[in-house]
Amino acid sequence: MTFPVGDLFLILPELLVITAACIVLVLDPVLRPSDKDGLVWLSLGTLAICMGLTASQMRAPVEAFNGLVIIDMYGAFWKLLLYFVTGLTILLSHSYLKEERLYFGEYYGFVLLALAGMMVMVSAADLLTIYLGSELMSLALYVMAGLKRSEPRSLEASAKYFVLGAFSSGILLYGISLLYGATGSTRLPAIATAIAGQSLDDPLLLFATILLAVGFGFKLAVVPFHMWTPDVYEGAPTSVTAFMAVASKAASFGAFLRVFIEGLGGLKANWSAIFLLICLATLVLGNVVALVQTNIKRMLAYSSIAHAGYALIGVVAAGRLENSSGLASVLLYLALYTFMTFGAFAVAAMLRKDGMEGDEIEDFTGLSKRHPVAALLMLIFMVSLAGIPPTAGFIGKFYVFMSAVEAGMPWLAVIALIFAAVSAYYYLRVVMVMYMREPSDATDRAPQLVMSPAFSIVLACTAAGVVIFGIYPNPVVQLAMQAVSTLR
Amino acid sequence: MTHSFPWLTALICLPLIGAAAVFFVKDSSARLIALAATVVDLLISLPLWWLFDASSSHMQFMESALWISSPSIHYRLGLDGISLPLVLMTTVLMPLCVLISWHSIESRVQSFMAMLLIMEGAMIGVFAALDFVLFYVFWEAMLIPMYLLIGVWGGSNRLYAAMKFFLYTLTGSVLLLVAILVLYFQGGHTFDILQLSQATYSKSLQFWLFLAFFAAFAVKVPMFPLHTWLPDAHVEAPTAGSVILASVLLKMGAYGFVRFSLPMLPDASQSFTPLMVVLSIIAVIYGAYMALAQADLKKLIAYSSVSHMGFVTLGLFMFNIQGIEGAVMQMVNHGITTGGLFLCVGVIYERTHSRRIADNIGLTKPMPRYATFLVIFALSSLGLPGTNSFVGEFMVLIGTFLWSKIATALASLGIILAAAYLLWMVQRVAFGVPAPHMLPKLRDVDMREMVTLVPLVVLIFAIGLFPNPILTRMHPSVEKVIARVLPQAPEQASTVSQIDPFPPTVEDVALTADVTSAEAEGRQP
Repeated sequence: MTFPVGDLFLILPELLVITAACIVLVLDPVLRPSDKDGLVWLSLGTLAICMGLTASQMRAPVEAFNGLVIIDMYGAFWKLLLYFVTGLTILLSHSYLKEERLYFGEYYGFVLLALAGMMVMVSAADLLTIYLGSELMSLALYVMAGLKRSEPRSLEASAKYFVLGAFSSGILLYGISLLYGATGSTRLPAIATAIAGQSLDDPLLLFATILLAVGFGFKLAVVPFHMWTPDVYEGAPTSVTAFMAVASKAASFGAFLRVFIEGLGGLKANWSAIFLLICLATLVLGNVVALVQTNIKRMLAYSSIAHAGYALIGVVAAGRLENSSGLASVLLYLALYTFMTFGAFAVAAMLRKDGMEGDEIEDFTGLSKRHPVAALLMLIFMVSLAGIPPTAGFIGKFYVFMSAVEAGMPWLAVIALIFAAVSAYYYLRVVMVMYMREPSDATDRAPQLVMSPAFSIVLACTAAGVVIFGIYPNPVVQLAMQAVSTLR
Repeated sequence: MTHSFPWLTALICLPLIGAAAVFFVKDSSARLIALAATVVDLLISLPLWWLFDASSSHMQFMESALWISSPSIHYRLGLDGISLPLVLMTTVLMPLCVLISWHSIESRVQSFMAMLLIMEGAMIGVFAALDFVLFYVFWEAMLIPMYLLIGVWGGSNRLYAAMKFFLYTLTGSVLLLVAILVLYFQGGHTFDILQLSQATYSKSLQFWLFLAFFAAFAVKVPMFPLHTWLPDAHVEAPTAGSVILASVLLKMGAYGFVRFSLPMLPDASQSFTPLMVVLSIIAVIYGAYMALAQADLKKLIAYSSVSHMGFVTLGLFMFNIQGIEGAVMQMVNHGITTGGLFLCVGVIYERTHSRRIADNIGLTKPMPRYATFLVIFALSSLGLPGTNSFVGEFMVLIGTFLWSKIATALASLGIILAAAYLLWMVQRVAFGVPAPHMLPKLRDVDMREMVTLVPLVVLIFAIGLFPNPILTRMHPSVEKVIARVLPQAPEQASTVSQIDPFPPTVEDVALTADVTSAEAEGRQP
């Protein structure tokens, strides 16, 4: 078998990102501190080129490397989303790292490596490629989570993330090996052919499915595999938290859906039942535990767990529907979730108190007086997370619930919506302290938002996304529908 | 009937543009911009009254554009005889809300005015929306501005009241969303309200949908067991917030019943009628009793709202012309009268900084003009013949009489109690002896406040003496609703007019009856 050189062009975006990551890692030690902004520009430039390349790849699916990789609309959708999030992360980190006095040029290298891993995950057509991608992503994220070396919480986060991440990767790999035993292949199309007509009576297949669900469950941070999330999200530097909460979740969903639809699509009815239970547990626990959080990062961590639960509604519906509207709703939900969650984390990251992060919800007290515009944007993010129109959060929930009703499960929509009303309580608490509480000491010790051009761009992009797609979601909806149409 | 000018879009967008504009100016200009935006909105809405074709039951001033292509959701607006008076009521009240807040709101004026304007746009949107998703978006979009109005500019217990308001209404309306989605799949894959009102649904489905609708609309009205957010929200809200809440937001619940529950779920509406009637009558009597016991003016009016809105839901579920027309009349009238009462409370609160009856006694001597206004609004609220509320309540009672005499008797108790608590309130506030230390604060209403109050007084008497213009406009639309619920309705309407329970005491009500019977007979073969 000769090496398919031509296929290298198909994975050009991946190659570019890895090359850029290596250049960043090499240049970092030799650059003077004052020149390190160049690394930011290099990374952003790479993303821009990749965005163009991926956009040009939005066409009929093409397999590469003997079916290890597939380039299609579905992968392109996720990649475009990931470029966007990575770009925002780099911009936010630029301001955030300065405030935290973390001058690591290799940070951007790790961001790009994680991105490369995610890109591999979403365009993989083989379970082992997915595994490879997820390991590349995770290893980079482990390092990034522990970047605040002087802070015990950060180290704890890194260690916890590493142990549980490695554990879950092991489970995933075990599931892959069992599936290989049951079907004789790790390629998704081959798996699909092998299990066509089979049910879960085969114990090997049953265990493989469950182990895959558990393995992905850890990556998606759904209940009961969510335990690592609050600690890691709280301890990690906030820019990294935002990256994990949005990009890593999106990439995991991308790979997860492809495995379960393209590979295990024949077992739809079976895994749909499993995910129904997970979905309900996630909705209930995520929303209820978020109610009692006093730390904004922990609150957002539980909120991100709950949002994974909402996205799972679409997955459950997809398992019961013949058409692809359930899948499209998941893609749409995660795309819209990106804007509001990243925006909320960005505001939390840049709220500084005595040179530290003001990460208690109480620290937002009176923010509307000191920073009216930022408070307004935070209000928009919170309202959107609560799913109230006319924001993107409502559109996401609308489509997810619509697919649930279409799949004949209005009761699931009712439960989820009641918990959405519960979630409004903790989101609005942030609004309340910002707008309705007077700060107890109006001194300069009050938490301040540190503004910078990069941070402003992040806020503008995310808020614009929340508002514009809340009012006119058509472009994203169309994109999501086209993307899932290439899934088999 | 199509019009080239997009009236309704203009009505909705103008306040929203104004809301964006006030963020960029200073406080004093913010007030002016808000006033200008609301007044221009009023001026735009007035021609609709005359352009409206009163003989048609169709939606008028229709606009339609594709909003989201998959599933197809439209930006579709239109008015019929039921929504037209409500839209006009909203546009009339909003400039008054801006005026009453002129001096009483001193902090964050821009944000306050922006919230008022956003509310106006969303409220008109709710009444005009003909696409269920669009309706829901407007319906929910009001929550946040109202939450902020109560929570930022409210009284001492505002945080609790704001959160309670928010969670109550949100929980109700999320069930509405599920109902909308179920209707989409059961009613032929459309969100078009008119098409959905034509489709038929199975009885069991109607049962569940009715409950979901009920959760959303009954909280907003509010009906008896779900009303507890209302006194808190009313008391803590700033004056303009109370006016908007009482005059417009409460109407949206009742509007929801008449626009959605009745035409879309006729069978369920009929089987739920006894429950709705019982809850309405409880609200009428219980609200009035609670109002008797209040020492706080705003709480008194809040409970009187519960009582008065009981008449509205009572009338709606009678499924006859008098009942539903009376209910819609009562919606408009309650908006005007209660709005006026809340404005009065706002005026006195600006002076004495107390809403307690005990702190505001004996105002006739120091504030004769104020006392006059208060007495007019109170008399209107208790349904004195010649004022607007009489028309609505009387028609509702006639409609109820045809259904059950006991129910009518019980509901009439509410009117008697209303006379008791309102006259007692007037007696204390207007005719006591004021505390000496209060006297210097009691200056009479000034020009701005006159401008705020006089339009409502004019409307009270105009509608009270000449209700026909409103009734004729709503008549075809109401008949359409009744025809949906009771297919044999035309015959019933004519039997009603043969009984002719209108006593000839008040000329104009009898006029109405003539119109009713004439039109009903006109349809007889």
